[in-house]
Amino acid sequence: MERKTKIHAEAGKQELTITREFDLPVELLFKAYVEHEIVEQWMGTKVLKLENKPHGSYQFETSDALGNVVFEANGVIHEIETEKKITRTFKMENTPFDVQLEFLEFEKLTDTTSKLTIQIVYRSITLRDQMLALPFAHGLNMAHNQLQNIANKLK
Amino acid sequence: MNLRRDIFQAIADPTRRAILLLVASQTMTAGAIASNFDTARPTVSKHIQILMECELLGQIQNGREIYYHLNLQKMKELAEFIEPFRKIWDDRFNNLESVMKNYKSKK
Repeated sequence: MERKTKIHAEAGKQELTITREFDLPVELLFKAYVEHEIVEQWMGTKVLKLENKPHGSYQFETSDALGNVVFEANGVIHEIETEKKITRTFKMENTPFDVQLEFLEFEKLTDTTSKLTIQIVYRSITLRDQMLALPFAHGLNMAHNQLQNIANKLK
Repeated sequence: MNLRRDIFQAIADPTRRAILLLVASQTMTAGAIASNFDTARPTVSKHIQILMECELLGQIQNGREIYYHLNLQKMKELAEFIEPFRKIWDDRFNNLESVMKNYKSKK
């Protein structure tokens, strides 16, 4: 099966590209990025602010089941063109990671399908590679913890 | 070849995986790494040594301190390296797609 989401990260570059084709008309794909309630639903985060205009800003916040804030992110929307593009910055709060620049391009393929291309530019090659590595390193530990839990139950 | 230097052997150990996760986001001294574990400092040093031997960790001398960091070049040799990153985005976009399909059918 062909993978719907593709990551293109060339060695020695401080950027990466994510592409995805959707079984959705481009209007709906774009709407998923600009309407508060919809963003909240698919991102699983609270949208504190989302100003869809040049020089507008946004702020997301995610809490765990106990109400502790576990993720905070914010950024500035530099450019926005309906059903075509969003250029914005993204910064995760309370992390050592520098702000990143994101170019989102929305493309109509047919009346019922569309494509999203996100180019992310990081401050350095190292930072890009770190962002790529984090889910891998995290995943290794998660997988181990799950095994450990199962093993503990078998004891 | 020394088995210890085998990269898969190195990441099979839970403490060594935890060390990789720690240094994935920032460079750290051996002391700072050890402070995250209940295990004795020499044990942690040994794990760091093994990770160094198979080049998963790199080090930078800064004055009297040695800082350890993830050797991303080596990590990239692991075929599965990028897959968890891709999976996060894939899951996120799958969510988006199903939310919007619902949205469409409600209209």
